[in-house]
Amino acid sequence: MRHTLAVTVENNPGVLTRVAGLFSRRGFNIDSLAVGRTENPRVSRMTIIVEGDDMVVEQVAKQLHKLIDVIKISDITRNAYVDRELVMIKVHAEPSARAEIMQLVDIFRARIVDVGPKTLTIEVTGDEGKIDAIELSLRPFGIKELVRTGKIAMLRGVKNSAKNNSQKEEDVK
Amino acid sequence: MGGVKLSGAEILLKSLQAEGVDTIFGYPGGQALPIYDALYDSDIRHILTRHEQGAAHAADGYARATGRPGVCLATSGPGATNLVTGIANAYMDSVPMVAITGQVSRALLGRDSFQEADITGITLPITKHSYLVEDPSELGRIVKEAFHLATTGRPGPVLIDMPKDVSSEVINYEIPGEMQLPGYSSVKDGDLGLVLEAARAIAASMRPVIYAGGGVVISGAHKELLALAELLMAPVCNTLLGMGGFPGNHPLSLGMLGMHGTKYANYAVCECDLLIAIGARFDDRVTGKLETFAPEAKIIHIDIDPAEIGKNVRVDIPIVGDVKRVLCQLLEVLQPGLREAWRDRIQAWKKEYPLSYCDNGRLKPQSIIREIYNITEGAARVTTEVGQHQMWTAQYYSFTKPRSFITSGGLGTMGFGLPAAIGVQVGCPDEVVFDIAGDGSIQMNIQELCTAVNYELPVNVAILDNGVLGMVRQWQELFYNRRYSQTELSNPDFVKLAEAYGAEGIRVTKPVEVAPALEQAIRSSKPVMIDFVVDREENVMPMVPPGGSIGKMLG
Ligand SMILES: Cc1ncc(C[n+]2csc(CCOP(=O)(O)OP(=O)(O)O)c2C)c(N)n1
Ligand SMILES: [Mg+2]
Repeated sequence: MRHTLAVTVENNPGVLTRVAGLFSRRGFNIDSLAVGRTENPRVSRMTIIVEGDDMVVEQVAKQLHKLIDVIKISDITRNAYVDRELVMIKVHAEPSARAEIMQLVDIFRARIVDVGPKTLTIEVTGDEGKIDAIELSLRPFGIKELVRTGKIAMLRGVKNSAKNNSQKEEDVK
Repeated sequence: MGGVKLSGAEILLKSLQAEGVDTIFGYPGGQALPIYDALYDSDIRHILTRHEQGAAHAADGYARATGRPGVCLATSGPGATNLVTGIANAYMDSVPMVAITGQVSRALLGRDSFQEADITGITLPITKHSYLVEDPSELGRIVKEAFHLATTGRPGPVLIDMPKDVSSEVINYEIPGEMQLPGYSSVKDGDLGLVLEAARAIAASMRPVIYAGGGVVISGAHKELLALAELLMAPVCNTLLGMGGFPGNHPLSLGMLGMHGTKYANYAVCECDLLIAIGARFDDRVTGKLETFAPEAKIIHIDIDPAEIGKNVRVDIPIVGDVKRVLCQLLEVLQPGLREAWRDRIQAWKKEYPLSYCDNGRLKPQSIIREIYNITEGAARVTTEVGQHQMWTAQYYSFTKPRSFITSGGLGTMGFGLPAAIGVQVGCPDEVVFDIAGDGSIQMNIQELCTAVNYELPVNVAILDNGVLGMVRQWQELFYNRRYSQTELSNPDFVKLAEAYGAEGIRVTKPVEVAPALEQAIRSSKPVMIDFVVDREENVMPMVPPGGSIGKMLG
């Protein structure tokens, strides 16, 4: 099964290499990894989607914890959370097809961010289902380029994912 | 603002001294020049090895023998890469070490400059942590953190990479600030609930076995382990790195378990109903086939590293904490147990399946090791290389004290023993130190004999010279149809070689010469290398074939 890990790390040089290296070295599969600064400039937050049964993911979390730059790990898979991904799609768009494409864009509440002589570039944000759906709908027109940010996730409500003390995390630290 | 002006290199040394460092093992070069220049005026003792690998292993041996962190130093590029095996070795065996490397100046980084190697990148998977120092003002804090990380929790090597211009830059020295390690903490005490659960499981057990690893030695828990074993009347088997953590001559000792363990240790593990794993990590050389390892047992696993728990085997009662503290917690709540039927069963196995070899009047490696034990009254510090001689040492030298057996376990590094012995002798100047070596391995870092001579370190090297890469040959004999591919050695004259280095050389070919040679070596104030010409056909037995069950041993 796929697990969503919220990982806060110190914003030190090499931290991404350390995390990525650990996954490849120990044979863990990353589905996606998104990273960026948090409200604290010294701290970055990674959202890592890993594939594996509970034993594997527990090992992943424990091994991540051994990295000195990793501050906190929460497996939020079983909690209520929102996740989002941003995708840009450059789609082939002959003048005759444009209206139809723009209609799709409206339906998905996406946006057109660039117009070329024969292409439209579309930006869409959403959860995985929505992103997959728009990709599927645009495919018949000819997708020339597609780039995804990878998923970011956050717990719902007052809980703070990075400081959330789930059972899992207690086990780990 | 007055204040002291110091160079990065001076701050480095000052910070090392603040950590109590009095000895560094190292080798100079271009990008380390500012550090060596500062060393010239420093009180820190520098041992110049003949190869950076030797420096790393010496720091490792020093650390394992004394319990204090070992420090090694090398220049950038080839100097740094020569440290890599030594760092990996320390990492695998959880040895506290700080490795310092010179690096090209900041402006030259990342341009394939002369003697540039991305050593923080190269050592990423084999260090507990690493630093590339970008600003000399951070050095004080970095050194403090490096030693804290290397020595606390599960110990391990930490690398500090020092660009040359960071070493030479002069700044206003300020007392280092607080450590900044928000992501680092290590649990000390075990969870009380789990400790009580363990106590209940122990009370309910009829056939407990203690499986004790290097963690017992590292945390200094040998007294607590002894108390636990005697209280429960539970037999104790040790891993290779755990040898000495429990007295090998104690009636409850089963010696080593695993691939070349004793039959009775492996049988006891197979039949136990409770396995108490203490500071051990269920290595494949220990467990053999996982499905048949302690199949009837409930497993209690005590370890400081949470990632070791559940990594290889499913654990019933996991206790994360410092081994010594957890054992103290356990001892407080445990009741004595009398398990006479179990004891009798084990005693019967011990009688029926003792370690044995064919003593046919020829010079046997096993008897040489027994003789070293007898002559030193078991009080020597023993290092080894890697191979058959290493396994025989684990089997036949009954280690009774922690930190007396220093061997490359996890990485199995040939060439470890001699430089490690040098580190041990530096750390324990008044003790008798033996490197029990193979004729193959000794040639991997033989140059360090020169270091021993230079610094008047009277280490003794006992080469069990079988003329072959014995352990590999053994596998070829047993599993590759006796096709001895590339395992015959034609060796130099080790006696002359020793003499050329300024050490003493002795050759022994007959059993009667063994004791006199050993006595001569121990008496000598020089390093001594003894070439014991032994039987080439001798194999390490018993043996669990690779991937086999530990209850089914050859030999
Ligand atoms: C650096 C290194 N290279 C290769 C090996 C593989 N290896 C393990 S034991 C061994 C033979 C060691 O021969 P020797 O030192 O003569 O010891 P013996 O087994 O004969 O006692 C070899 C080649 C190793 N462990 N380390
Ligand atoms: Mg040999």
